[in-house]
Amino acid sequence: MFSRILTSALFAGAAAGLIAALLQFLFVQPVLLHAELYETGELVHFGAEAVSAQPDLPGMFADPMRDALTVVFAMLTYTGYAVVMVALMSVAEGMGHAITARAGLLWGLAGFITFHFAPGLSLAPEVPGVSYTDITARQIWWTATVAAAGIAMWLIAFGGNLMAYGAAALLLIAPHLIGAPEPESFAGPVPTELGALFAARAFGVGMAAWVLLGGFAGHFWQTEGKRANAHA
Amino acid sequence: MRRQGGNDMTTKTLKVSATGSAILPALFAVILGLGIVTLAGHVQASALHDAAHDVRHATGFPCH
Repeated sequence: MFSRILTSALFAGAAAGLIAALLQFLFVQPVLLHAELYETGELVHFGAEAVSAQPDLPGMFADPMRDALTVVFAMLTYTGYAVVMVALMSVAEGMGHAITARAGLLWGLAGFITFHFAPGLSLAPEVPGVSYTDITARQIWWTATVAAAGIAMWLIAFGGNLMAYGAAALLLIAPHLIGAPEPESFAGPVPTELGALFAARAFGVGMAAWVLLGGFAGHFWQTEGKRANAHA
Repeated sequence: MRRQGGNDMTTKTLKVSATGSAILPALFAVILGLGIVTLAGHVQASALHDAAHDVRHATGFPCH
């Protein structure tokens, strides 16, 4: 059972992570590199001269080591997500729910909401150069919000009664009423246009990668199960 | 789905034993997975932070 979880999760995580990295290079990285020009002071927002919104960026793969590390860590991160998700899929299957590639798409959406959208609703994906407060406080809030959203997703999917739905709604809303740690003042040097674009792109790429991750996980969970049965 | 009586019995027995032994490996895997996510997303050791920097920003982890 353990090896079936790990094998399916590794396949799904590696595939989805690779796609996430490629989507990141296409859509997120140009905004990130653009923002870094403001972060380092190379470009100045509201300077004496008007600044072009389309500066020359270092270009794709200008720093191969940096980009290679991005691929490695995207694959690692999505494999981590996949191990958690496939483990929960195995529990759901034990409860009698079918785990297929198609059902996996919904699992992926739930995972996106849990790990990206729920914390990101108050701690928006950060463009480089934004002002921020203490990292530890934000990580604690992030972790608690992800935990609450994860339980909420499970209750919505498998709770099946009004109490469960109510508890799920409460778990989803509460972290944002309590509030994420925010800086004392906003002094980020990056234009708001770039910050908004960055957050939108990060959410879009995250959703695409997660839905694929769920589909892949459901698919590989099935094929690995068939393989295990064939050997047994 | 309905199956032949004999088959039904075996499937049921298999399923029950699978469920009984499935919680522990699943729990173990969840912990392992969260460990990987923490390592890739949260640990602030500077070599790790620099390597994971762009992915952390793009996946919405608090980074700096």
